[in-house]
Amino acid sequence: MGGGGLILICNAFKKRLIMEPTNIKDPEYFHKVVDCQYACPAHTPVPEYIRLISQEKYAEAYMVNWDSNVFPGVLGRTCDRPCEPACRRGRVEEEPVAICRLKRVAADNKGDIKHLMPQGPFKPNGKKIALIGAGPAALTVARDLAPLGYEIHVYDEQKLGGGFMRSQIPSFRLPETVLNEEVNYILDLGIHSHFNHYVDSLKSTLEKGYDAIFVGTGAPKGRDLEIPGRQEASKNIHIGINWLASVAFEHTNKIGKNVIVLGGGNTAMDCCRTARRLGGEQVKVVVRSPFAEMKASPWEKEDAQHEDIPIIDNHVPKTFVIEDGVLKGMLFEKVKAVMEDDKRKLVPTGEPDVFIEADDVLVAIGQENSFPWIERDAGVEFDKWNMPIVNEKTFASTHPKVFFGGDAAWGPKNVITAVAHGHQAAISIDLFCRSEALTNRPSPYVNLVSQKMGLHEWAYESEVVTDIRYLVPQADKKVTLSNRKKEVELGYSPLDGYKEAQRCLNCDIQTVFTDNKCIECDACVDICPTACITFTSNAPEPDLRKMLKVPAENLTQDLYVSGPLKTQRVMVKDEDMCLHCGLCAERCPTAAWDMQKFLYNVTKAHTGCL
Amino acid sequence: MTYIRPKFRHPELPKNKLGYTINYYEGALSTLCAGCGHDSISAGIVQAAYEMNIQPHKLAKLSGIGCSSKTPAYFLSNSHGFNSVHGRMPSVATGANMANRDLIYFGVSGDGDSASIGMGQFVHVVRRNLNMVYIVMNNGCYGLTKGQDSATADRGSKNKSGNTNLFQAIDLASLAIELGATFVAQSFSGDKTQLVPLIKAAMNHPGFAFINVISPCVTFNNNVGSTKSYDFVREHIEATSTMDFVPEMSEIKTNYEQGTNKMVKLHDGTFLELHKLSEDWDPLNRLSAMNAVHNARVKNEILTGLLFLDPDSEDLHAMIETSHIPLNTLTEKELCPGPDILKAINADLR
Repeated sequence: MGGGGLILICNAFKKRLIMEPTNIKDPEYFHKVVDCQYACPAHTPVPEYIRLISQEKYAEAYMVNWDSNVFPGVLGRTCDRPCEPACRRGRVEEEPVAICRLKRVAADNKGDIKHLMPQGPFKPNGKKIALIGAGPAALTVARDLAPLGYEIHVYDEQKLGGGFMRSQIPSFRLPETVLNEEVNYILDLGIHSHFNHYVDSLKSTLEKGYDAIFVGTGAPKGRDLEIPGRQEASKNIHIGINWLASVAFEHTNKIGKNVIVLGGGNTAMDCCRTARRLGGEQVKVVVRSPFAEMKASPWEKEDAQHEDIPIIDNHVPKTFVIEDGVLKGMLFEKVKAVMEDDKRKLVPTGEPDVFIEADDVLVAIGQENSFPWIERDAGVEFDKWNMPIVNEKTFASTHPKVFFGGDAAWGPKNVITAVAHGHQAAISIDLFCRSEALTNRPSPYVNLVSQKMGLHEWAYESEVVTDIRYLVPQADKKVTLSNRKKEVELGYSPLDGYKEAQRCLNCDIQTVFTDNKCIECDACVDICPTACITFTSNAPEPDLRKMLKVPAENLTQDLYVSGPLKTQRVMVKDEDMCLHCGLCAERCPTAAWDMQKFLYNVTKAHTGCL
Repeated sequence: MTYIRPKFRHPELPKNKLGYTINYYEGALSTLCAGCGHDSISAGIVQAAYEMNIQPHKLAKLSGIGCSSKTPAYFLSNSHGFNSVHGRMPSVATGANMANRDLIYFGVSGDGDSASIGMGQFVHVVRRNLNMVYIVMNNGCYGLTKGQDSATADRGSKNKSGNTNLFQAIDLASLAIELGATFVAQSFSGDKTQLVPLIKAAMNHPGFAFINVISPCVTFNNNVGSTKSYDFVREHIEATSTMDFVPEMSEIKTNYEQGTNKMVKLHDGTFLELHKLSEDWDPLNRLSAMNAVHNARVKNEILTGLLFLDPDSEDLHAMIETSHIPLNTLTEKELCPGPDILKAINADLR
């Protein structure tokens, strides 16, 4: 025993003294360096398509997106853009790259791309799949599985596909033509659509002989506000998401002059802006929490304020005020946020209650899942919150044939998350139909290739521009407020799109270090504009972070550590501020540094499992 | 061509006492070969000037001709600069220093510029103890004309074409000690932890401060058999000491072992803290320093670090008793004090 035990102890001791060399063969290491892609639920290769946009290759840029996120035109207008707060540019300077709106540039200028998509008819594989709901998650499943020969049947209670993308996102943010186009790209793959068809029973659907069923029914139930006066004034009190759907399907076309919108999320922003277009002159958003804590995206709050909609924060609704059976307004209690036992609480300020006049009130204070159509003895287990039990990796329910995705799985998120779910559920359904284990999931598609073209030449534009973020032009308020369908944002012109694309730092062009080529001449250390590189003795990570040229204090960003060099030092690169400018590689006399393009693509059912 | 340095810098860069980040001391992007030792020395100069809180406009860079002499373009862009004739930098530096003693004079030269065409100028600026820093970026070859052996190439060293150098090398450091230089150091471009404190101490030294820096030429003299390649220098380097320049006494850590550490008090009350690695060497004794250099050469070692220091150095202005007010600021009133004074001066010379 003795010797082996000693070696084990020594190794454990050694590990505490030094950092092991970074394993760049693990695709997740470089994936994490591409901050935007890593933050994206669908892991869209963002820098790849931004580069294509700057080369005016809009169709190719669109297809990179279409493969990954299925709805580039929709998302280029409405995405929650988790990529942008993650963008490296936001750490180097004030504002991240306008990733979302660049996606729209690709969609706006792509031309005809139908020939680049999978061309049916596809050879049937004999399997039948039912999709319940025709939202982004279900349509993604359809897109991924149809080319593999599955017979896909999609059911939706509405007359058109798109789900909440159609019913909840107003046309002035997402024109119907854009949505129709992208929904149709999928339906045209030979999908059997059953619209105006409300599925009222999982059991009977299972009995129809489908090989698998995907549930993508969203979170369709808007939360109500049960305070005094709610019942008496119900004629003028509307649940936000239902009201938006009613407007989208043209059952509602007007609203009173004074409107209160309750809630601080993006649905509230859509409600108030829609109300402005349907006759609301004095539209006010009233929210319980402080302005800064509102759930709505900052840009959506800005857009609402730009349309003369005040956002009144720290007001908690108390009662609906009714006179002679008619809604007159609402009474609010003023509160302030205080910290108590590490929890943020809203406490009354003691000021008199505030009355705000209203002819109509829109309640946009949240939405919930609801599965009245799933019989509780159908084989799908539900938890104590009445939510289905769904596997986080495979999206399988406890019924082997039933899979969930999108908002239906774990409650309301957003379109891009629904798409990411759809891809994974499609992989599971395909594995299931081929009798393979659902855990046998495909690895990502990864490629790493040198960009060196010559002495100072790279296959990517390595120059780092100092331009600040370009504004997306908007249509005149007079026009947009008088026409519900007139899109507010005009999108970047191709020239502005090019300029904004140039702000991308090309984080997917990785700095790859080969330690046995290094002669430790310090050229990379001296040239690096952002002081990322240090040659030092090795140490445990917390110490090493302090030993660098500029201490690496952003713990969310990794250190790239080489193996020992001739002097027994190691090269340590803090990934945090790297501009991917390529100067380390240009100044390296032995090509120990190289700039290599890293492509990481999440494998989809239709690409990986053929 | 993509050879453009981005404008962005690390947002957390620390500031020195003047409120400048290090990029304020940077120069233009180098056009020397990738991996050139000279670029590391430039970076060391930038670092030293930043750490010394130098006002860039209080420093003048001077150089001659050669790869080394191009480097002043690559550091301290906000300072004065003069790129002079080949080997004639010491004359220009002398003239400038005489006219304005208030600036820090920072001379950069190479082995060709100093040991060949400029040798005459070099020896005279040493013996005059002109108050300046004189760095030789020494790569043992003429990199600008495709790598012929220079006068500092060691006998027996092989150049890139495979030929062995037949001639004895000029050892600039021992020559400087011999000629009476008051600050002599030797270093390696690949060792900034040693080089930066040396440059700081040199800038602080009142008199001629000479640093001979071995700086490998990656293109023409980094081959097997060369005695100035990265690998050879790393294998044969022997440091006299590790050194810290201590600008304020209060910052000194006093936990050093007796006998191995030595505090050297400088003229202005600042200190050099030397952690001696070599026992038979006294940096304040010219003879001991000379011996240490020669002993190292016999053992085929390259001795680096501070070699010799005269803490009582008096520079040229002190020796010839020039005015404390820089000559270039004197007005006609001081320069033409009238016939009575002239008569007195003439009488003094009779």
